[in-house]
Amino acid sequence: MPDYAMPGQGLIGGLMIGVAAAIMLLGAGRIAGVSGMAARAIGLGGGAPRTLALTFIIGLPLGAALVAWAAGPILSRFPMSMATLAVAGLVVGIGTRLGSGCTSGHGVCGMSRLSKRSIVATFTFMATGFVTVAIVNAVGGGW
Amino acid sequence: MRGVIGLASGLLFGAGLAVSGMLDPVRVRSFLDLFGAWDPTLAFVMGGAMIPMAIAWLIQRRMAAPVADAHFHLPDTDPITPRLVGGSALFGIGWGLGGLCPGPALAAFAINPPAAAIFTAAMAVGFAIVWALDRPSGPRTPVHA
Repeated sequence: MPDYAMPGQGLIGGLMIGVAAAIMLLGAGRIAGVSGMAARAIGLGGGAPRTLALTFIIGLPLGAALVAWAAGPILSRFPMSMATLAVAGLVVGIGTRLGSGCTSGHGVCGMSRLSKRSIVATFTFMATGFVTVAIVNAVGGGW
Repeated sequence: MRGVIGLASGLLFGAGLAVSGMLDPVRVRSFLDLFGAWDPTLAFVMGGAMIPMAIAWLIQRRMAAPVADAHFHLPDTDPITPRLVGGSALFGIGWGLGGLCPGPALAAFAINPPAAAIFTAAMAVGFAIVWALDRPSGPRTPVHA
């Protein structure tokens, strides 16, 4: 394993994410899918009650801020151009709504449910993610 | 009650993303960089997250209803449609381009607000485009596609 990898912290953070999604499922009866909840929170999607979606979305940065406050600075590097960042956001926005989910809804919640749709979705976005990075690296030398 | 559940889930979710290094697009992108300096951290995050969720699904089957609602509201697990595959393919392209998916982008508002705002604003435009196309006046799309 390369020395920059964080398997321990990854596993701990992952367990926290899984418990968070379990609270959503068993507490509110909904999938903790960030793209769906975010669209719902700003009135661009249906599904969950607005209060649930809004509080969930607001909780995300608050939770990150709590960790930063308790444990110190969190690395968050954005070396790409603003144009790349904007195009990436647009494509993620369109793709997650067409595909009915992202890494959280399909990847975490759907895969653990053994949902056929989520398994296909997750393998698809992983595959195009791998290919996109390989192409960008080959053509443009990275970010 | 809904607000408490939403906030508790969101707080823990955002904290988990921060602890696991997922607020760093460089690290996320390195997971997708199979032929470069590959970083397996994201695989541990997803694997770790699936453990409590797999247990939660077992519990869910034994519950008549969730704690704070009359019913579970769960998406279909079938069928596989061109829309599902095409949308997911697009999402992966954007994920690879930016090293960000929706959760980390929103949580990153706590660390790097300007960058998070650019990505999130563009993502909201993407949501709006699909929302507009799905309106009854736009091109027809099946409900569960």
